[in-house]
Amino acid sequence: MAADILTFRDVWVEYGDKVVLEAVNLGIRQGEFVSVVGPSGAGKSTFLRLILGQEGPTRGQVMLDGTPLTPECSPDRGVVFQRYSVFPHLTALRNVMFGLECAASPLLGRLFAGSRKGAARDAAAQMLGAVGLTHNLETYPAQMSGGMQQRLALAQALIKRPRVLLLDEPFGALDPGIRLDMHELVGQLWRDHGLTVVMVTHDINEAFKLGTRVLTFDKRRHDPHAPHRYGATAVYDVTLDRKAGAAAETTT
Amino acid sequence: MRLVNIKPRKGVRILIGAIPIIALVVLYTVLSAARAEANPNDKVLPTFVAMMRAAVRLFTETDPRTGEVTAWADTTASLWRLGMGVGIATLSTLLLGIALGVVPLIRSALGPLVTMIAVIPPIAVLPILFIALGLGEASKVALIAVGIAPFMVRDLAGHVAGLPAEQFIKAQTLGASTWQLTLRVALPQALPRLIESLRLSMGPAWVFLISAEAIASDVGLGYRIFLVRRYLSMDIILPYVAWISLLAILTDWTLQWISRRAFPWAHGTGH
Repeated sequence: MAADILTFRDVWVEYGDKVVLEAVNLGIRQGEFVSVVGPSGAGKSTFLRLILGQEGPTRGQVMLDGTPLTPECSPDRGVVFQRYSVFPHLTALRNVMFGLECAASPLLGRLFAGSRKGAARDAAAQMLGAVGLTHNLETYPAQMSGGMQQRLALAQALIKRPRVLLLDEPFGALDPGIRLDMHELVGQLWRDHGLTVVMVTHDINEAFKLGTRVLTFDKRRHDPHAPHRYGATAVYDVTLDRKAGAAAETTT
Repeated sequence: MRLVNIKPRKGVRILIGAIPIIALVVLYTVLSAARAEANPNDKVLPTFVAMMRAAVRLFTETDPRTGEVTAWADTTASLWRLGMGVGIATLSTLLLGIALGVVPLIRSALGPLVTMIAVIPPIAVLPILFIALGLGEASKVALIAVGIAPFMVRDLAGHVAGLPAEQFIKAQTLGASTWQLTLRVALPQALPRLIESLRLSMGPAWVFLISAEAIASDVGLGYRIFLVRRYLSMDIILPYVAWISLLAILTDWTLQWISRRAFPWAHGTGH
């Protein structure tokens, strides 16, 4: 397999005297689909926000392709949240074009007519086709179902060809049937685009179904008198080798 | 059946909505007729006929002193002041409200100042405006702007700051700079809210306009009302009040129409 795309080196996250993550050491390789599970408050979302750049570690380093990340979001890491991932004031097509327009037009963030707009439009329409929204190019998010909005959010993120795609409980708000369709879509996009995915989820089945690797975050130590003094870390790191049909379990 | 569960049908709704209005009109007609019978020169409750006569005179006859039709001159002067005041307030709200809402640094720097200014009763600073800007148009326009802008700025800043953080994060992961984020995420979503708070601010704006005109002016709707008050000319005051109300309603409808037309996504799913 390829080299590590993301590296966590002794990462700690503390808010005041509350320790959220402690001593996280791991690497994520290109092409992996990493599911992150664990109880509420075990730092799953913090872990995701570290990769996203929404916050920085208190100690240690998070590196993307060997370069330490600054605590700021950038286009090499795409994200889909549980909700509010799409812009309500833009049609599906314009939602997906957003990323292309920002890159092409620093001053106005928008393309007006011309061949560049045509190209962006075509690329966006193609991406919307890939997520099954061919017939909803001019639809506003408010007119879409939850599942369609998440499809749109995926297309919007993928148009920037991110190095890593982050999914924060992306199917948490969806009906069970829709959720199965979305699993299929995400699995397919992951294979077709050769993505590296980190997905936080509450659903253990989903984690094992989609992931090639499952990380479980939890507290390794627990002080009943000061529960906030110990942070969580990846207590299980399971790589699922589908071809061999066996799961090799390693404990970090 | 419980009272809260009785929901009138559309026809019934219009009917029972019209009843209080008709009752009021009938009551006024009866009272004014009674007073007119007792004293044909009564000024306090003029009949509808008397008011219509006064209104026609004001809206059609040229005042020999000024060479203008009084009501139209008043309306033009007042709407110009109102438009300028509201325009300045809206423009500054757009700039300041979005800046406060989007950039935490600006919010920290200017937020307390805006809050402080917002608690000052605008009418209390009217003398300051008169002293600083004179008794002309500028002070009236300034009163309207100063009167409504703080509320609008705070409302818009709150709205923009309250947009889901996910949207701003997402925009950044799509490569948006602070400027692009402001222009393409914050601004479009701020505009319908701005129109909404403008609609709410039009009431206070009229209050400030009429106050300023009542105190120092020589033309304008508020000036006229307060001028003829000295002669108890209710036959002029009442049509003027009705005219001002009509203008206010038309403004409100126009703003609502613009918002629905320009921002269909902000008005529910049925667009």
